[in-house]
Amino acid sequence: MALSENEILAGVAELVNEETGLPTESVEMDKSFTDDLDIDSLSMTSIVVQAEDKFSVTIPDEDTKNLKTVRDVVTYILNAQS
Amino acid sequence: MSLHSSVGVDHAAILGVGAHRPSRVVTNDDVCEHIDSSDEWIRQRTGIEERRWAARDVSVVDMGLAAGREAVEAAGLVPADIDTVITATVSHEYATPSAAAMITEALGATPAAAWDVSAGCAGFCHGLAQAADAVRAGTSRRVLVIGVEKLSDYTDVTDRSTAFLFADGAGAVVVGESPTPGIGPTVWGSDGSQWAAIRNTSTWPDYRDAVAAGERPKWPALEQEGQKVFRWAVWQMAPVAQRAIDAAGITADELGAFIPHQANARIIDAMVKQLKLPDHVHVARDIVTSGNTSSGSIPLAMHRVLADGAARSGDLALLIGYGAGLSYAAQVVVLP
Repeated sequence: MALSENEILAGVAELVNEETGLPTESVEMDKSFTDDLDIDSLSMTSIVVQAEDKFSVTIPDEDTKNLKTVRDVVTYILNAQS
Repeated sequence: MSLHSSVGVDHAAILGVGAHRPSRVVTNDDVCEHIDSSDEWIRQRTGIEERRWAARDVSVVDMGLAAGREAVEAAGLVPADIDTVITATVSHEYATPSAAAMITEALGATPAAAWDVSAGCAGFCHGLAQAADAVRAGTSRRVLVIGVEKLSDYTDVTDRSTAFLFADGAGAVVVGESPTPGIGPTVWGSDGSQWAAIRNTSTWPDYRDAVAAGERPKWPALEQEGQKVFRWAVWQMAPVAQRAIDAAGITADELGAFIPHQANARIIDAMVKQLKLPDHVHVARDIVTSGNTSSGSIPLAMHRVLADGAARSGDLALLIGYGAGLSYAAQVVVLP
């Protein structure tokens, strides 16, 4: 069964927490990964690869560079799982 | 009428290791004279604090020779004992002849068989596999395997994504007969669909033609698609490393050291996490002071691990090289 937006957000927040140690509540929809959360490209790649595994979706490198905000990632996964 | 087959030995092992580190230390601040970056940023992204760059008049052959000579001595041998020299490099000044032939002559090992291996940062592990197989097949008795690069010749000092990464240096091992297995089965392969992920910025003929046309083309330095390589290196290569452990018939618990290609400390950290290596396994981090020396990095790191006493002779070490091609090779070895 497809996950809801909030469930995906919670899952992404867990991945960010595991990768960077940032508290899950800091991972909000409108936060930018680079500007607000200070997550660099390599950490972003780690998060994306683990998100692929966690949500059973495929996120190619070409798409990863367009994922600027938490909302971008959540929306991508939401669309990809359906 | 029937041909004879060569007769080899049951087991091969690494008998000695040598290294050459160029004398010139290049700090992150030095690198930042050409790019808009900082010492802190470079350390955070790569783990590199400084690297060595060879002088203009020091060649791949010079560095390979120095490392090779030490390895031969460490093995308790003399150059005349070496019957095969394999040099892994992508930065030898001549496309032909091989660096190996020139090193062989300079070392005093002529007429040893000599050839170069071009497998990017996986070159050393490919050479080690060839050496072990040659000894076991009886084609060679004692093989000098050298990994050497002068990547500073192919570094665009203004490229913000690679200027701080690449470095120079050489490491070498001697492979010969052993009463017990000293080099486990090699797990190797390639993925040429990603050939463009790590490459020269142009071909040499294109560079020549641009010069002839009066343009001022950029030198065909090395460039890479960092994120693509990072993803491949961590999530594709950790399973390869695990297969090498399995092929050797051991468990990660039995390893004394993990000596991966020193590409980037972040890749090493992520691989260690993926492999779930026990804490007692020493993880080589020569990259901190040596940078990424491609083919040179694994034997250089092995030399450092032994010199520092972080692992001892007889310990098992997991090696994995991965890079341009994309190519990879991994094996478990007994440290000399």
